[in-house]
Amino acid sequence: MESVLEIQERQKNLSVVPAAVQSSLSNNFVPVSDNHKIVARDINAYFGKVQALRNVSLSIPENSVVAIIGPSGCGKSTFLRSINRMHEIIPGSRITGSLTLDRKDIYQMDAVMVRKRIGMVFQKPNPFPTMSIFDNVAAGLKMNGMRKKARLKEVVEKSLRQAALWDEVKDSLSKSGISLSGGQQQRLCIARTLAVSPEVILMDEPASALDPISTSKIEELIYELKKQYTIVIVTHNMQQAARVSDFTAFFYLGSLIEYDETKTMFTSPRLKRTEDYITGRFG
Amino acid sequence: MTNAKVFQISRFLKTIEVELVNIRESPAEIQNFFKKSDEKKRSRFLKKILGDKNLGDIVFERLTLLFAVLVFLLVLFMAWEMYSNSELSINKFGWKFLITTTWDPYAENFSALPMIFGTIVSSLLALIIAVPLGLSVAIFLAELAPAWLEKPLSFLTELLAAIPSVVYGLWGIFVLVPWLRDVVEPFLQNQFPNSPFFQGAPYGYDMLAGGVILSIMVLPIISSISRDVLKSVPDPLREAAYGLGATKWEVTKTVFTNARSGILGAIILGFGRAVGETMAVVMVIGSRPQITASILKPASTIAGALANEFSEASSDLYLSALIELALILFVITIIINIFARLLVWGTERRWK
Repeated sequence: MESVLEIQERQKNLSVVPAAVQSSLSNNFVPVSDNHKIVARDINAYFGKVQALRNVSLSIPENSVVAIIGPSGCGKSTFLRSINRMHEIIPGSRITGSLTLDRKDIYQMDAVMVRKRIGMVFQKPNPFPTMSIFDNVAAGLKMNGMRKKARLKEVVEKSLRQAALWDEVKDSLSKSGISLSGGQQQRLCIARTLAVSPEVILMDEPASALDPISTSKIEELIYELKKQYTIVIVTHNMQQAARVSDFTAFFYLGSLIEYDETKTMFTSPRLKRTEDYITGRFG
Repeated sequence: MTNAKVFQISRFLKTIEVELVNIRESPAEIQNFFKKSDEKKRSRFLKKILGDKNLGDIVFERLTLLFAVLVFLLVLFMAWEMYSNSELSINKFGWKFLITTTWDPYAENFSALPMIFGTIVSSLLALIIAVPLGLSVAIFLAELAPAWLEKPLSFLTELLAAIPSVVYGLWGIFVLVPWLRDVVEPFLQNQFPNSPFFQGAPYGYDMLAGGVILSIMVLPIISSISRDVLKSVPDPLREAAYGLGATKWEVTKTVFTNARSGILGAIILGFGRAVGETMAVVMVIGSRPQITASILKPASTIAGALANEFSEASSDLYLSALIELALILFVITIIINIFARLLVWGTERRWK
């Protein structure tokens, strides 16, 4: 069993890979670059006295899909939630380090503004149960003060089309959001997130509660969405990470172990531990 | 002799030995010893009859069932008793008991309407004051308060419900009534000189005082049940709203919308409490059965009239009318409570 310290040591080495070594690798991927959309440096996150993230540094390139994998309790959700400042909602939580969106410090911005620019889709579909399908999608816009009916209609239709749900619900927009199936509910939640026109979308195991067909629909959707948005997805499903992502980050015990292009990661990972996890030998 | 038998006998001898030591140590144990051995014989005998079942379990089960049924029967019995005892008045006045407006014990002309009016109006007044206050408290406790503040504050609001109502009544007489009479009521009359709701000399002992006292008493019910209902709304819903860039106010609004039927239930439960409340109200409301628009005039509630007039009921008809009054109160409160409970349960169950 590798100790956390060793892992941290390796991770530190990883983030300061000398240029010579980097160019010797199969690609020129840089784990932390200021040119990327989101840059996290030395993130430490805590729940009370428990440390959930240890010195995590990684950056997320624009218009790409980054998958975060790792066994349960490794801090992947915590990292995701620290990006749009959802981590701080939990009482007793704390975070240190720097996180930037387009080179601006996320923790200096207004949290409400951050969450509008960085949307989130959750593990369990969570449409607003008292609202209709239409109102669910329009909810974010209405919170922003949008009242024009025509504009709302337009955005709702566009978002539902983007979420590949329009054809299934266009005749029942006034029905309750929870009358839909689980997979449809999750796409409704994605449409709801898209309606606010965010730049980044965070997905916390968006398909783990869904059947295989709904899962493949969500995956197709992610592939489509990447053209316009930057996507970070946490997943338990290795195949899913391999299918949908451009880059993959492997977390273990709160530390970032390895971060690379998905192709490299799944064919020739640099570290043994990553290989063991990917091939299912532990976790 | 089989091993099992040897074991049984040796255990038996062991118990006797232990008991003998006990007896030697304290003579008082002797009696206990004989009692215990009797009990054993008895239970062995019962086991033969009962088969595998454990006697203790059966007794426990039957006993609790009996008490549960007894409570239910008690309610039915009370309803029947009230009905049969008020037959005199029911036969004499019929539906008029609910529509005419006079309650005159000397002329033996009885109608419940003034009391029903007083009960409903004082309770509604209480709600007008207590609902905004109680909901603010509930929202603060469930959504906004930090953990270290939430527990003691919740405890304190619930403590309000534990204060005996006669204490509230006494406080009403010595603090509330003079304050209403000298400050609030003259102010209301100055501000709204033509309003029909604020007519008459301000004595302090009136509908308004009853309403204010009741509002303090129903506040803890409304706030603590609403808080529970709000807390039962699951966190993913809050996260969904936060994730869309909602402010704390918007998140609270979303949570509130989703809990609204339960909160309505909490309000109605508070209403039920106000309707049935007796002592505090009777001490400040002035006890005059009349129907007026002005809340600055004395009124009377059903519960108040019952408490006040039972000792004075000189004739059978008077007594019978009072019992019919009690029956009406009984029915009203049961309906209100069933309705409210269903609403609260409905919301809480939805999230499980």
